[in-house]
Amino acid sequence: MTTDVATAAAPSARQPAVPHWARLVVIWGLLIAAPFWLPLLGGYTALAGRVLVFGLAAMGLNLLLGFTGVLSFGHAAYFGLGAYGAGLTLRYLVHSTPLAMLIGTLLGGLAGSLFGLLIVRRRGVYFAMCTIAFGQLWYYLAYSWNDFTGGFDGLRDFHREPIGFGPLTLDITAGPQFYYFLLAIFAIAVTLLGLLVRSPFGHTLRAIRENERRARFLAIPVERQIWLSFSISCFVTALAGTLYALLNNFADPLALHYSLSGYFVVMCVMGGMRTFWGPLLGATVFVVLQDYISSMTVNWMSFVGAIFVLVVLFFPRGLLGLRRQSGEK
Amino acid sequence: MQLVLFNVTNGLIIGAFYVLMALGLSLILNLSNVINFAHGNFLALGGYLAYTLSPTLGYWGALLVAPLLTALIGLAVERLMIRRVYNRDPVYSLLLTFGLAFVMQDIARYVWGPNGLPLGLPDFLSQPISAELFFVTWYRVFMVFVVIVVVLGLFGFLRYTRVGVRIRAGTLDLETVASLGVNIGFLRTFNFALGCFLAGLSGVLAAGQIGLNPNMGDDLLMPSFIAIIVGGVGSLIGTLFGGLVIGMAAALTTVFFPSASEAVIYAIMMIVLLVRPRGLMGEEGMMS
Repeated sequence: MTTDVATAAAPSARQPAVPHWARLVVIWGLLIAAPFWLPLLGGYTALAGRVLVFGLAAMGLNLLLGFTGVLSFGHAAYFGLGAYGAGLTLRYLVHSTPLAMLIGTLLGGLAGSLFGLLIVRRRGVYFAMCTIAFGQLWYYLAYSWNDFTGGFDGLRDFHREPIGFGPLTLDITAGPQFYYFLLAIFAIAVTLLGLLVRSPFGHTLRAIRENERRARFLAIPVERQIWLSFSISCFVTALAGTLYALLNNFADPLALHYSLSGYFVVMCVMGGMRTFWGPLLGATVFVVLQDYISSMTVNWMSFVGAIFVLVVLFFPRGLLGLRRQSGEK
Repeated sequence: MQLVLFNVTNGLIIGAFYVLMALGLSLILNLSNVINFAHGNFLALGGYLAYTLSPTLGYWGALLVAPLLTALIGLAVERLMIRRVYNRDPVYSLLLTFGLAFVMQDIARYVWGPNGLPLGLPDFLSQPISAELFFVTWYRVFMVFVVIVVVLGLFGFLRYTRVGVRIRAGTLDLETVASLGVNIGFLRTFNFALGCFLAGLSGVLAAGQIGLNPNMGDDLLMPSFIAIIVGGVGSLIGTLFGGLVIGMAAALTTVFFPSASEAVIYAIMMIVLLVRPRGLMGEEGMMS
């Protein structure tokens, strides 16, 4: 498209209104202090935990969606596989939180990487359609394999275990301690994602997003980069999934359902999918709204649906995207 | 043997539903590049409208009018919302129809209630066709007949009428069609309404067989996606074929290994993506 070429050609040297470091201080400050200020506003710590989990999943998806320009509508599959991987490990294999996270992340990430090989040549809606359909496979599997996964009722009877570091033990079974554990994992994953986005690899992804043909002429191995981006984003989302299972001590088939994939996408778009922190903001708004609306009315589906429609029709650039409307068109 | 025969007829009927649903999705996808997530909800809408209309119009009247009303509502939805996201990043059309699906499902639940409702059929349709084939009611024969007629009608329409030819041409190269002076805004609206008509019709037919509930379309949506992928994006014949293949595969798996009947259609999709990525009858380059 011609607009893409224009954006690619325009230098991205705009002066941000807020200095970069100040933004980071505000974001991390708010996150670190969440257990203290959230109850004052009528929230609770588990809500903040949910924001972190969904925020991480959405930021993982956004590496693909916002920075590579490839539309996956099936990321709930990798999220849910992470959750089930962690839950099944804790329940049947070993009582070890780190191992559960490792196995869950590997399960979701590897499933994504393998499937990615099949579909990297697809583009646009067709890529999306393949990802949706593949995602539902896992939903039906978790749904119908009753004995092993708990079927529709979800997987119960497991809980997060204290982590031992030699003589030290990190007890994360209580809520606030677990929040800081989540935040630490979130910080590590997001820092790595940030470095990745700034790396030469990240720049090739944006080049592909802006103009695939030009990227190809520049000898960027487009299919390989897209596959890498897809795989990495699956790993990050699967990691978020394992945290989801640990947060709730529960994994349910809805964590695999394509509506959750839709939620991830709307989080990215609502927050601003061309920005790094947008998905976190989108996840915050979405999680808080969903929590609030579902406590108010049984017709929460209409509200969630209406949010989707309104975002698409009126805020296509997302909340963080509003600020930079002048620069790009 | 009867069990196998029973499941073969079942497969044929399930396949027929997939075909009707997937053909509508495929029409919209091919011309407008929009995946209509709300397609299952248009299906439910068609069924519910028939339920509301049948006391006054009778079953046959409802069978005719409900799909037309569904198409009309589809037309309004396209005019008001979906046309705004053409030519934008596909993420927007997906989110839009996805949100629409949620809203429509909630509306159906609000208007007609969350519980299942039956759609009354004329008496003779509920009779089995013979004592040996007690599991085949006339209604099943009738459904397959309607689907065959509608599919033939659709292909005839696309082949022999001016609008139909333009839709097919637009599928291949919409820009050229537009530059030849065809009003592609109208073409897309009409095409969307046509897709919704097919969804509405399958809704009325499905309601007679399995009854009505607000999320009745959801179970049919995923198999329809898979029918399109298996058959090959861009090819309506492929979609037709894909729908029948996965309907049959699911039904026959039920005979031997009931719990895998959902999984088998995904397995078919994976094999097709692996061996023949463009789909069984898809054209090269259509999917990329």
